[in-house]
Amino acid sequence: MTITGIAALGAGLAAIGAGIGIGKIGGSAMEAMARQPEMHGKIQSSALILAAFVEAVALFGVVAAIILK
Amino acid sequence: MTLNTIKRTVFTVLFLSVFSLGFAKDAKEGGDDKEFDANEMIMHHVKDAYGMHIITLNEGKENEHHISIPLPVILWTDNGLTTFMSSEFHHDYNGKIIVEKNGGRFVNVHEKIYQLNDGETTVSYDAEHHPTNAKMPLDFSITRNVFMMWVSVALLLFIFFSAARSYKKSENNVPSGIGSFVEPLVVFVRDEIGKPMIGEHKYKKYMPYLLTVFFFIWINNIFGLIPIFNGANLSGNIAFTLTLAFITFVITTFSGNKNYWKHIFWMPGVPVPMKIFLMPIEIIGMFTKPISLMIRLFANITAGHIIILALYSLIFIFKTEFMGLVSVPFALFIGIIEIIVTAIQAYIFTVLSALYFGMATEEAHH
Repeated sequence: MTITGIAALGAGLAAIGAGIGIGKIGGSAMEAMARQPEMHGKIQSSALILAAFVEAVALFGVVAAIILK
Repeated sequence: MTLNTIKRTVFTVLFLSVFSLGFAKDAKEGGDDKEFDANEMIMHHVKDAYGMHIITLNEGKENEHHISIPLPVILWTDNGLTTFMSSEFHHDYNGKIIVEKNGGRFVNVHEKIYQLNDGETTVSYDAEHHPTNAKMPLDFSITRNVFMMWVSVALLLFIFFSAARSYKKSENNVPSGIGSFVEPLVVFVRDEIGKPMIGEHKYKKYMPYLLTVFFFIWINNIFGLIPIFNGANLSGNIAFTLTLAFITFVITTFSGNKNYWKHIFWMPGVPVPMKIFLMPIEIIGMFTKPISLMIRLFANITAGHIIILALYSLIFIFKTEFMGLVSVPFALFIGIIEIIVTAIQAYIFTVLSALYFGMATEEAHH
């Protein structure tokens, strides 16, 4: 397997991790919003911020893959 | 969604798909001699460039013609300042056309300008396709990214000066025109970002920076999506995001109070061995925060551009115009997501900057 192949594999693995993370955040945020609709705005903005933190890890993978290409 | 909306959407997608068929057919007939390289095409679009290339007519044929806006190339060489327009390269970025100016020979190799050594007339490359007989002069060129940055700065100045004027003109502080469009956005940044993240008492000092960053990133993200500018991918340029993240880092560091530094060097409320263990982690954390800000914006915007371009590349990889029926709706879908992402990324950058300022100015609670 070439270095490009390994880089692509790594980016894919990072995407799986971020997918699980964002899925959990989204699911919990939805549940919380259903329980307390009056907190809708606050929950949404903190969910967005948390999603950005998780997503950053996957994007590190993408950047590493682009550099190693 | 009403039936009419669905009808309109379907027709738009079909129209765009059929529209792309013509282009795909053209390209297939014209470029039979050379293999299509998706990687090169995508990187060429995502990277910075000299000159704003708009369209190529009759590609690969005898009467090939490029339409573009030339931009100035400004170099500092051993013979002093050297300037010429990017059009002198005639859209060559493979180091074939040599421009002679001010006693030096210059070539454009993959959107980097090299100066050939004395007496050399052609470029020779090593195994990794780096020129071996040329060196890079100091480059202060107005590239397409710099040009688009100035356009966005001018547009922002125009928008906000006219908004401010509309407040001055009205008698009871009611905005009009652009002002009434800008006001809700400014209030959003103040009430949803500034106040909750920094705190009621201190947020005012940071509002100018937060507002500047929010609107600057947003407008440049939008400009990056407009194809006529050939995707001058400013916010997907690591130098641009590095500068913004560095400013956030400097503001955070200089507004840090006693409590902030105490949390970094001598964490209160934990045993002494833990304090020693946490100190290096917190010091590294000081630097990883702005670095992650930098990478997040850069990678999000660049990845969006790469996905759209890769979807369009499918037409040329499969060499059939019917691939357009698949890739155009997909690219349209990603394009709509990208429009949302432009705003979300500006929001995220501003929120996280505000969060770091809030951490730096937080008072100790006992």
